[in-house]
Parts: sequence; C-alpha cells; structure tokens
Amino acid sequence: MIELAGLTKRYGEKVAVDHLTFAVSPGIVTGFLGPNGAGKSTTMRMILGLDHPTAGDVRIDGKHYDQLRDPMTYIGALLDANAVHGGRSAYNHLLCLAQSNGIPTRRVAEVLDTVGLTAVARKKAKGFSYGMGQRLGIAAALLGDPRILMFDEPVNGLDPEGIHWIRNLMKSLAAQGRTVFVSSHLMSEMALTADHLVVIGQGRLLADTSMADFIRENARSYVRIRSPQRERLLDVLHEDGVTVVEAGGDALEVAGGKAERIGELATRYGIVLHELSPQQASLEEAFMQLTAESVEYHAHAAPAPVPRDWGAGWKGA
Amino acid sequence: MSTHQPPMPQAPAAAPEWQAAPGGPYPGYNSPIPVVRTHLGHALASEWTKIRSVRSTMWTLGVFILLVVGIGLLAGFAVSGSGDLSGQSPLTLGFFGLLIGMMCIITLGVLTTASEYGTGMIRTTMTACPSRGRVLAAKSIVFFVIAFVVTLVTVSFVAMVHASMLKGHGASTPSGGEWLKATVGISLYIALLGLLSLLVGSIIRHSAGAITIMIGAVLAPLVIALFMNASSLEKVQKALLEYSIPSQMGVFYDNTLSSSGPTGWDPLWIILGVTAAAYAGAYALLQSRDV
Ligand SMILES: Nc1ncnc2c1ncn2[C@@H]1O[C@H](COP(=O)(O)OP(=O)(O)OP(=O)(O)O)[C@@H](O)[C@H]1O
Ligand SMILES: [Mg+2]
Repeated sequence: MIELAGLTKRYGEKVAVDHLTFAVSPGIVTGFLGPNGAGKSTTMRMILGLDHPTAGDVRIDGKHYDQLRDPMTYIGALLDANAVHGGRSAYNHLLCLAQSNGIPTRRVAEVLDTVGLTAVARKKAKGFSYGMGQRLGIAAALLGDPRILMFDEPVNGLDPEGIHWIRNLMKSLAAQGRTVFVSSHLMSEMALTADHLVVIGQGRLLADTSMADFIRENARSYVRIRSPQRERLLDVLHEDGVTVVEAGGDALEVAGGKAERIGELATRYGIVLHELSPQQASLEEAFMQLTAESVEYHAHAAPAPVPRDWGAGWKGA
Repeated sequence: MSTHQPPMPQAPAAAPEWQAAPGGPYPGYNSPIPVVRTHLGHALASEWTKIRSVRSTMWTLGVFILLVVGIGLLAGFAVSGSGDLSGQSPLTLGFFGLLIGMMCIITLGVLTTASEYGTGMIRTTMTACPSRGRVLAAKSIVFFVIAFVVTLVTVSFVAMVHASMLKGHGASTPSGGEWLKATVGISLYIALLGLLSLLVGSIIRHSAGAITIMIGAVLAPLVIALFMNASSLEKVQKALLEYSIPSQMGVFYDNTLSSSGPTGWDPLWIILGVTAAAYAGAYALLQSRDV
C-alpha cells in the first residue's frame, strides 16, 4: 500500500507535482497516467525517497521510504532513465544490488532467467539494446521478491513479445497479492492491464477511479451515417425522435447503438445510405479529453491536432 | 468528481494465501526470501563489488602502478649510472613517480562517486540503500582501503628497490622513521587525497568537472606562485609554494621545494583536516539534495 497525502514538488517556479492525494492498493494493478511532463516520474522518485517533497507526505505501508530496513524486499522499482553503469555486466549489476540488501546470490540468476537475459548475463550493460536495458531494470525490481512493485513506463522499448510478457507479469504479480503501480502514456495499454486508474495532468489529480468505471463512463458508442439524401434523412430521423449530430465532412452521428433502427427507417423511406457504421470512441480519446487542458507540450503539426475519425465523435457529446 | 475505490482485488482462481497472512494493518504478498535488516556491512560488500567490476578501476590502478614503478626504476638507474646521491636518502627518488601517479588515484576517487551520477546508477544505489550517509561511508571506506593498500605495496616495492640499488652510490642509510614516512606516511597522504577527490566528485556530481578541479587544486598553487613576482606578494607566493600539494608530498621525503613550511607529519594532518571538512560538506549536501 502506497499512500500519498498532499504530495507536492516544486522545481523553482515550476510545480511538477501539485497536492496529489491517493492510495495504491495491494492485489491489483494500478495504472498511473498522464501526458508528458505531468509529473509521473517525479511522483515515483518521491515515493522512493530520491526527491524530497516540497510539501505533503508519502508513506509505504505507513513508513517513509528511508525507514525501510530491507528496501529491496519491500519495494522494487524500475525508473524511467535506465539507471545502470554501462561498464558493469548485468550479473555484477544485480549482484551489487543483492549484496546491498542481503538478498541471497542465487536470486541474481533467477531474475536474469525470469527476464530472459541469462545468455548476456556477463555482457556489459552499455552494449544492451533499449529493450534489454529495460529488462535488466525489471530484473533489478524483482530481485528482492518485493511486496510492492513500481514500474515507470515499462513497455517503453519492448518488442511485442516483451509487451505481452510484461502485461502478464504485472497481472500475475498483482494476483499474488502484491501492490503494482505502473505509469504509462497509453490508455489502451492500461485498459489491458490495470484494474485501477490514477490520471494526473500538470501535477494535479484528474481521476482516481476503477478501470471498469472509467470504461463505462467514457467508452461511448455511436453510429456514423453518410447519405447523399442528407436533408431528407435528417427530417426522417427527427420525426422519429432520434437526435442527430452533424460531424465533420458530410457525416452524421447518432449516439447509442441505434444502427438497426436507422437502417430500417432508411429502407422504409427509400433513402440511400453510403455509410451506416457503429463506432466506439476509444479510451485514448477519453484520456485526451480528460487531460486536454493540462497538456503542456503540444506538437505543432500542420493539420488539425486530433485525427478526424476520433474527434468527430466528441464534438457534439 | 472521482472517488477512490476501496481495494478490490480480482480474486485469482486459487484462494490467495496473502489474504490470510497476518500482515498487520497492511495486507500483501509475503516473500519466502528471508528479510534482512541491512547494515553498513551490506553496503560495504555492495561497494566492493561495484568498484572491482568496472574496468576504470583496473585501468587507473594499473597505470598508477606502471607510473610509480616505471619512473621509480628510471630514476634509480639514472642515479646509479651517472651520479651519486651525496648523502641523501635513496627513498627520495620515489617522489617523482608518485607526483604523476597520484593523478590516477584522484581520477579513481572522483569516478567512484561522480560516475554514478553520469550513468543514473545513483538512483538505483539510493533506492537499494536509502540511508545516504551509509552509501557515502561505504564508498569512502572501500575506496580508501583499496587506494591505501595499492599505494603502500607499490611505494614500498619501489623504495626497497631504490635502497638496494643505490647502496654504493653515496646514499645515506635511511632511518626507521624515514622508512615509515616514505611508505606508510605517503600512502596515507595519497589515499586521503583520493578520498578528497571522491568527496569532491560527490559534491560536483560530474566526473570531468571534479577531476579538473582536483588537478587544478594540485597544480594551481605552483603555477600561480610562478607569476607572483611583485615583492608585496612575496609572503603569499612563499605560502603557495610551501603548502602546494606537491611540496607537501615532498615533506614525506624531506626534499621540500622550500626550506620553511610544513615539516614532519604536518602534511598528513593538513589533508586529514581538509578531507574531514569536505566529508562534512559532501554528507550535508547529499542529505539535502535530490538524487
Ligand atoms: N530535476 C528537475 N529539475 C527541474 N524540473 C524538473 C526536474 N524533474 C522534473 N522536472 C519537471 O517536472 C515536470 C514533471 O516531470 P516528470 O518527469 O515527472 O513528468 P512525467 O509525467 O514523468 O513525463 P513523461 O511522461 O514525459 O515521462 C516536467 O515539467 C519537468 O520539466
Ligand atoms: Mg517520466
């Protein structure tokens, strides 16, 4: 259990983390989402006692991190920057960590095997690919078989097989009763792994909800229609009491799963349809909507910021 | 807007044992790995593994030994071939190799701390051992012991070679006190100089920067003194010369670059004081700064 109470971090004028209060519970995977620069990594560093909070408090099972006498068997962490000395072999890197916490040396070989780095255990870390470095970081986190695990963007740089593996790993760790706290930019990724969701933007808490609730509230379905007899179709639908929203281009949108009804109406009144497609607004879109005001670092691309077939569903909603 | 959900573990197929585990107010997974209360011994073992598992340690110490032994032997051959020492101690010849060799110890000292900041390893280190004071102590002890032992062995070897090589060349027979100063004394001095570099590395957090500062500290007083020709600055110039690190090292061989200034074991107490102050500073900064 990780508990944050009014946790705040200021770097000079910049407020990186702003009065965060939430708890991370054992037995489930908690996803930690936010756009670039939202303060996810900073929050995680404060949990680990690396950065001193400007205000507020963070406790792990009631204790401050530096009060833990056996930190690695208590909490394992993968940080964003790969925090490894490149000149040291994977084996020696893990060995020095094991020794610092009195963890039996056999664990080094075990975790190397778990993450699939046994073959390169004696190779220097600087020769590792990004994904291999990520795996080494995960090995270090697992070394003490800890009751709390914290991963900062673990899927970064992993191949599809690796992504699949880390998803299952996180789920099985949580199923064993461990606390699993994982940050990500990708809502779709979290939808597959997380049971609970904490969303922040510009350091502030935006949502703290179960994944199921978030999906129920945000993954709305609608029907997309295109017709050359647009005005006639609008009249017919209006008479039938269906609310229609004009979307981009010549498309129309109807909230809810009413595709059958619309198809029947069109047939009855002899209206030609070019498109009648049930759509699902993506969770990604819901996430972008949620964090829209707090995105600091926009890309300035020439076309509209939101892809057409995403944004359309939300203009009228 | 959003309310926090109470923990609702998705029950796995088999009844999870952790729910029954007496975990106090905080339920959770209980590892079969025995829980160990960590202490300085663990940190020492870890730092020892770290320092022996990077190539820069072998390089710096290897070059150090080569320089001290190589230059020492050259100086020995030069003197035994041509001149005679006219009553000087043969141990003084060990000075020249160390003068250059100490740069290696300085480099190793700086790298022991600063390289962890360059690579980000420091975050892993401080996560594994949240007691920052313990990390600094462990690094200091491991480095100091290695630097002292390597220097002592190398310097003693060179001193013995010199003593036997130059027996018939007008060299005096060094006393026990002279032996002690030229071996144990200078080794303690060099190891402390390396420890000072380690602390500067921890304060500066940048390898190249810290090495530059340390080399500057060794050379600057001599160079600045060279340009202080005004008579009003004569005293300052003298002090700079006498208290420069090379001159202080010379005191251990009794061939100081000037006649007054520190004598006997003074240089050791001076560097001990400076290192202690640097340790206090490095410790305070380590506690207060973010990693
Ligand atoms: N050491 C630091 N000094 C100054 N500012 C910092 C420091 N660390 C982080 N920040 C600032 O704090 C904010 C939060 O950064 P943080 O790395 O926590 O974001 P993040 O959510 O992890 O982003 P990303 O998704 O890109 O990893 C950023 O604006 C960043 O510039
Ligand atoms: Mg980050």
